[in-house]
Amino acid sequence: MRYVPHTEDDIRAMLDVVGAPDLDALFASIPAGARRPEGLNLPEALTEMELTAHMSALAGAGGQGFQVYAGAGSYEHFVPAAVGYLLGRSEFVTAYTPYQPEISQGTLQAIYEYQTLVSRLLGFEAANASMYDGATALAEALLMSLRINKKKTKVAVSRAIHPNYRKVVETYFRPTGYEVVELPFDGAGRTVLDGMNLADLAGLAVGSPNFFGVVEDLGPMAAKVRDAGALFITSFTEPLAYGVFKNPGSLGADIACGEGQSLGLPRSFGGPGLGMFATLMKHIRNIPGRLVGRTHDLSGRRGFVLTLSTREQHIRREKAVSNICTNNSLCALAAAMYMASAGSTGLAALARQNRDKAEYLKGRLAEKGLVSPFPGPTFNEFVVKMPQGFEARWKELLGQKIMAGLPIERYYPELAGHYLFCATEVHSRENLDRLAAEVTK
Amino acid sequence: MTVFPGDSGLIFNEPLLWEKGKKGRVGISLPRPDVPEAAPLGDQWAGPAPDFPDLGEVDVVRHYTRLSQWNFGVDSGMYPLGSCTMKYNPKINERMAALPGLADVHPLLPEEYVQGPLRLMYELQNLLTEVTGMDAISVQPTAGAHGELAGMLVIHAYHRSNGEKRSRIIVPDTAHGTNPASAALCGMEPLGIQSNDQGILPVEAVAAVMDESVAGIMVTNPNTLGLFEENFQKIAQVVHSKGGLVYCDGANMNAIMGIAHLGRLGVDVMHLNLHKTFSTPHGGGGPGSGPVLVRKHLEKFLPVPRIVKDGDRYRLSDDFPDSIGRLHAFYGNFGVMIKAYSYIMTLGKDLKKASQVAVLNANYIKEQLKSVLHLAYDRPCMHECVFSDKNQKDQKITTLDMVKRLMDYGFHPPTIYFPLVVHGAIMIEPTETECKEDIDVFIEAFKSVVREALEDPEALHRAPSRSKVRRLDETAAARKPCLIN
Repeated sequence: MRYVPHTEDDIRAMLDVVGAPDLDALFASIPAGARRPEGLNLPEALTEMELTAHMSALAGAGGQGFQVYAGAGSYEHFVPAAVGYLLGRSEFVTAYTPYQPEISQGTLQAIYEYQTLVSRLLGFEAANASMYDGATALAEALLMSLRINKKKTKVAVSRAIHPNYRKVVETYFRPTGYEVVELPFDGAGRTVLDGMNLADLAGLAVGSPNFFGVVEDLGPMAAKVRDAGALFITSFTEPLAYGVFKNPGSLGADIACGEGQSLGLPRSFGGPGLGMFATLMKHIRNIPGRLVGRTHDLSGRRGFVLTLSTREQHIRREKAVSNICTNNSLCALAAAMYMASAGSTGLAALARQNRDKAEYLKGRLAEKGLVSPFPGPTFNEFVVKMPQGFEARWKELLGQKIMAGLPIERYYPELAGHYLFCATEVHSRENLDRLAAEVTK
Repeated sequence: MTVFPGDSGLIFNEPLLWEKGKKGRVGISLPRPDVPEAAPLGDQWAGPAPDFPDLGEVDVVRHYTRLSQWNFGVDSGMYPLGSCTMKYNPKINERMAALPGLADVHPLLPEEYVQGPLRLMYELQNLLTEVTGMDAISVQPTAGAHGELAGMLVIHAYHRSNGEKRSRIIVPDTAHGTNPASAALCGMEPLGIQSNDQGILPVEAVAAVMDESVAGIMVTNPNTLGLFEENFQKIAQVVHSKGGLVYCDGANMNAIMGIAHLGRLGVDVMHLNLHKTFSTPHGGGGPGSGPVLVRKHLEKFLPVPRIVKDGDRYRLSDDFPDSIGRLHAFYGNFGVMIKAYSYIMTLGKDLKKASQVAVLNANYIKEQLKSVLHLAYDRPCMHECVFSDKNQKDQKITTLDMVKRLMDYGFHPPTIYFPLVVHGAIMIEPTETECKEDIDVFIEAFKSVVREALEDPEALHRAPSRSKVRRLDETAAARKPCLIN
């Protein structure tokens, strides 16, 4: 049988040692009423060749071969061959959480390096070993602000943050008794703080780049929010933006959290992604998730261990800062490999190329009179109001395996007819020209 | 003489990333620029390039290859980490998950273009409800603790829909730490109860604390002592009679596939760990997948979006007004689901055999080691057995010393100092994928370590001696945290 190497002789010999007449006898402690004598009603086991054929058929019914000009939290970037190969090293893939540091130094050093790269990219003093995704990272960041500002019971979230992220926040907060209020956005697609009593808030979260691709003016907001005693949290879906734009740490944020799928991970129908989470050392005792720290061994050699575990569930149980245990470590490793491969020079160049592509597409569409209602700087993504009746053309293009933007009316009813477009380094000028021509046909 | 897998060899040193490389090197192949440069951003917006090291491709490849060699994985050797089910991760599953039509799909493509992925998720859900005997499922939670949170939210929503707010939940002393932490996230206070001298929960202990203010109970079954909770059905009756719900932590499902029916056992809500029972690799700490399963009367509370089948078409639906809501930006860890689906399709009904042999392996180790190690509960076990360091007290040898020495023999240590109810616990879970010969060598290695405890205790205090680094100063790491360079 696949993956069970025991011969009948092995089983007999082992049963003799155990003192059981047969395999069923091993389960005598399970009461009769909870058994399933009928067995499992499962399909017959497939061979590798049969499985490959079956799965290839399922894969063929997917969105293969599409030109997707939409991001919205899931981006197409080229993944260097080396990243894929290195990530496949089974010493990384088949290890558990590094509880035994002496034989887990590979994972531990790599995650320490990941924490450093993330801190530098986002402009912070510390980062954790990863969260599940950008949405859960935001929910955890808001809960963290309530742990730090213990006397407060309210947080605020910009309506320009990814709609699904805000839904996840709602889910996490529903049983807590804390209040989540929404901050509106203005005609430029930027978050508005006016009218909000900031002093009431434990934390306030703004996306940048936000769901519309718009880069927010974080500096003045950070100052206001922190002066009022609240934590300033920034969320993001496209970390590559910080290859060209100022990062949230340098603009005064307390926490930056978001999705890191762009950094070397395939879109994989939305998961697994990578929840990135960075903050300042003064908040470190309240950060959720695993942390790797540097130390030394008995011979004084440099080494790495999981640390500050007294925050975590396996030590603190119900008093833990979060319930997270398994996170997205291998995805963090992919991101580290990606950032290390690109380096400072490569990441900046790649980010510039991404911006160039999106700006080019924006310009081509503008030539056809399709102008973004949000004039400020954007990264990779931007919103365009399409002409009346574009929906039919959009569907036609889908039939040609072109996804010409994402209609966002279902998330923002007031933006009926608006589409969120995305272009990255994978889209050639020829294809961008074709897209601009096709949408106006 | 037995040759143990552990040996010495050339181990490479490898510095930190920023201790190598040179400014101006690039390890990626930048695409050829084919559009004009965008207008400059200006000082208000433009930031400096990130402070990363610049490395060549060879620098990066050597770096991570060497780092990987400092790691121990299931592919390196036996990894009997209790409660973690470190079984072999079949390679075909990795290949399936990398198929471009699955790995490269954008999650927001319209449904008619993602029928393959939706069908896979839908069928995986059906396979998992069949294996557990539960009625309905969501595969959206991305890890065990995320599944627990989903389950606690379902329990919270159920009581709220009855106009009740129950703010306490029973959690036994043998539970994983994630159980009380997940309950606390939902504003529930855990009520501790203790297992009996047989290592299982007595009905009376539950009856003594169960009342109409208690939301229910969270039980890991088989429990973390590797024992089946024999009173489970009676406990479920007590909890149900007071209007509570029964949550089962399914982390140890690998013991009972095809053997126990959790619906008949009285479970209302449970989660699975696809990265344990269903062979998806753990990745050094994820990504995992932690589906939440419920009985029929709780189905309406499951997370959205849910996958709905109309005729032969699949679609995503948010139209479940009683749902606890969304738990992930998209639909969960699809990439992990592909591997679990492939695994189940490759084994079919043989999943039962996997459980039987997992339990046989654990009992075999228990019988062979109980002559030298103190066995916490001397009775037939499920998929794992729990020893302690009680026999080594006189030699001042601890559990930690023994398992560190085990590394030198070429084995990953068992789970140690958990569950907390066994002082100095050594929790061994071999899984079904270890063959008899390798298990025999493991047993011999452990016996040899116990012998060394008597004859050469220093060898244990010094251990490990063959790993990249020796024992690390964890106290220093926590006292002055150095989390980034």
